Amino acid sequence: MDIQFTEEQELLRASIQRLLHDQYAFDARRKIVASDEGFSRRHWTALADLGLCAAPFDESVGGLGGGALATMIVMQEFGRHLVVEPYFETVVLAGGLIAAVGSAAQRAAYLPKIMDGSTIWTLGWAERPSRYDFDKVETTARRDGEHYVLSGKKVAVTAAPWADKLIVSARTVGDSGDGTGLSLFVVDRHAANLHLQSFRTIDGRRAAELVLMDVRVPADDRLGAEGEGTAALEACRDRAIAAQCAEAVGAMTELNAATLAYSKTRKQFGVTLGTFQVLQHRMVDMFIALEESISLTQHLNLSLASNEPHLSRLASGAKSKVGTAARFVADQSVQLHGGMGMSDELNVGHYFKRISAINIQFGDPAFHLMRYAQQS
Amino acid sequence: MELKLSKEDAAFRDEVRAFIAENYPAEMRVPNPETDLTKEQSLLWHRILYRKGWIAPLWPKEYGGPGWSITQRFIFEQETSRAGTLPPLAFSVTMVGPVIYTFGNAAQKARFLPRILSGEDWWCQGYSEPGAGSDLAAVRTRAVRDGDHYVVNGHKTWTTLAQHADWIFCLVRTDPAAKPQAGISFLLIDMKTPGVTVRPIITIDGSHEVNDVFLEDVRVPVENLIGEENKGWTYAKFLLGNERTSMAGIGRSTRYLQRLKQIVKSEIAEDDPTYRDFIREIARVELDLLALEATELRIVAQMARGIDPGPAASLFKIRGTEIFQRITELTHQAIGNDGLALREQPSSANRFMPGPDYGHTATEKYLNARKLSIYGGSNEIQHNIIAKAVLGL
Repeated sequence: MDIQFTEEQELLRASIQRLLHDQYAFDARRKIVASDEGFSRRHWTALADLGLCAAPFDESVGGLGGGALATMIVMQEFGRHLVVEPYFETVVLAGGLIAAVGSAAQRAAYLPKIMDGSTIWTLGWAERPSRYDFDKVETTARRDGEHYVLSGKKVAVTAAPWADKLIVSARTVGDSGDGTGLSLFVVDRHAANLHLQSFRTIDGRRAAELVLMDVRVPADDRLGAEGEGTAALEACRDRAIAAQCAEAVGAMTELNAATLAYSKTRKQFGVTLGTFQVLQHRMVDMFIALEESISLTQHLNLSLASNEPHLSRLASGAKSKVGTAARFVADQSVQLHGGMGMSDELNVGHYFKRISAINIQFGDPAFHLMRYAQQS
Repeated sequence: MELKLSKEDAAFRDEVRAFIAENYPAEMRVPNPETDLTKEQSLLWHRILYRKGWIAPLWPKEYGGPGWSITQRFIFEQETSRAGTLPPLAFSVTMVGPVIYTFGNAAQKARFLPRILSGEDWWCQGYSEPGAGSDLAAVRTRAVRDGDHYVVNGHKTWTTLAQHADWIFCLVRTDPAAKPQAGISFLLIDMKTPGVTVRPIITIDGSHEVNDVFLEDVRVPVENLIGEENKGWTYAKFLLGNERTSMAGIGRSTRYLQRLKQIVKSEIAEDDPTYRDFIREIARVELDLLALEATELRIVAQMARGIDPGPAASLFKIRGTEIFQRITELTHQAIGNDGLALREQPSSANRFMPGPDYGHTATEKYLNARKLSIYGGSNEIQHNIIAKAVLGL
């Protein structure tokens, strides 16, 4: 099942590596995170200019036709460099949704500006009671002539303070918890009666809670059929998980390399750390965790690329397994680096924090383990 | 779980409980006392305990201790930690104090002990160095005798709250030719001495708890040497034993476990797919805690009968830190999406944080708790100690 990457795919990977190596070293990233806005439009533009935002989309909509494997390659490299720019939110979540369920007019209106990097998007689905359940949504969308009127509150919307456009879920009918009645809407970030409360995230990014108080959205900006929101979100989550797993694999790769290098140079008791058997075995387990994660991530992305059935179950399985493996690797990397692992100056702790965030977004490993079990 | 208390001990427990309830400063009840208090605020409780005569339970009466039995000391520790009080600065009262009254001379005792008790002097620990973490005997900071002074050069690191400190107790190398453990001395250094520089180290939770301390040609009067030159390793080990005993942290873990239960109750609906998982994991950690508490009580009872606990401190350190880390992980997991948020430091009530108050410090606690299995001798080192000292391997 090992993926033999095409020349084109290897070229894509090499071009990202070159860009990030040159422009996104850890110190450069630190400056970006500490900046007022919290991300870099200049770097975002550079990534888009490389064609990354267009990479996964079909050629029929003007994309480069790379599909899930292109996303995997991009996200893996982003994971290695802890890229904070909102590729996941803009391209994977919003772009994926528009390509999947958008009308021809919506695709034509929105995708080109996603692919050239000129608009930033994100997705707001979670609410206070929803935890990781798409259906536990109280935000309502009331039809009023040629408009919908949206009211409610969304939580944990990553990249929202940076976004130009948002996709939000809301109920046209039914109550919180109902499996039907949910629809998706495109909302302008600066729409009247939309308020953001921003906060910093554990991984040095920005997020916000959205308060919608009678936000008027043209009926044409409903994304997908009315009441079909849950199915669209579920497919979106499968794509999201495939991308998150790839990002986690990138982060784990760097953690394992850093920890191994450290154990070969750091001396205590007159010998290098790597000579202690208990630490050797620990690092072997970290190696195994990464190998398994690479395998499952490739398996999931291949299945996604070929539209395999029952993908959702595999996605949940991968999210649980890779999330747990990543957490183990992150934990042990901090531990084996000793005090240095706790220091904000070293990159190790930042990988730990990014992995912690991945393990929350779209559901934690425990949630997806149970989802995997229940779908058998 | 409770010790079977005599009538007198039960009365003592009630007295301690009432004293805490009446006297613990409201000002110190902030979201995260370990990072949110100023130096002055964090000393409020210290001074109250000092006035009451309860600041140094461990100390013999002649030096200002309360003259408590082992059981009373345990009760005090249990009651104060269950009530969530911020313990007085350990580096002063628990660590350097006992070294001074055990190994120091009369002049040192008279000079330093009263100021430790009153809280006038804030101490920090100059043990770790960039090249000496788990392998503490590898310290390279040099102290060279020059007349009636030592001239000290070196770099100490992970120095907790050095930014507040008046004094630092340091392990320094006085005999570079001797075996690592044999050439170390225990030196007290005034932080105001020229050549002492403190540089903050920010940790992954965003807080400023630890520091680098640079020592450049720092002149230290020889009268600040504790005990004999080159015997510092003996004093250092004595001190580390005291440090680790307090790491079981039963009271703190018990409080955080109670809070975790409340959070799970309000965050996780019974029809949530992970509800039973949480119930099971909480039960598991509760049992771990119960077993550790029972072990602690067993050892306290043994100590009361005069039996040496041996390296029990290493067991407490390993299990106590593992349990607390697990509780912070589960708490962070329980708050779900709100766990994405991390408070900005220095913290401010004016900045927006999502979700109920009880979750606002969960992320930083979860991150900060990673240090527990590293500091005070990493958990791997504690395993080595038990393997060698108990199992004879």
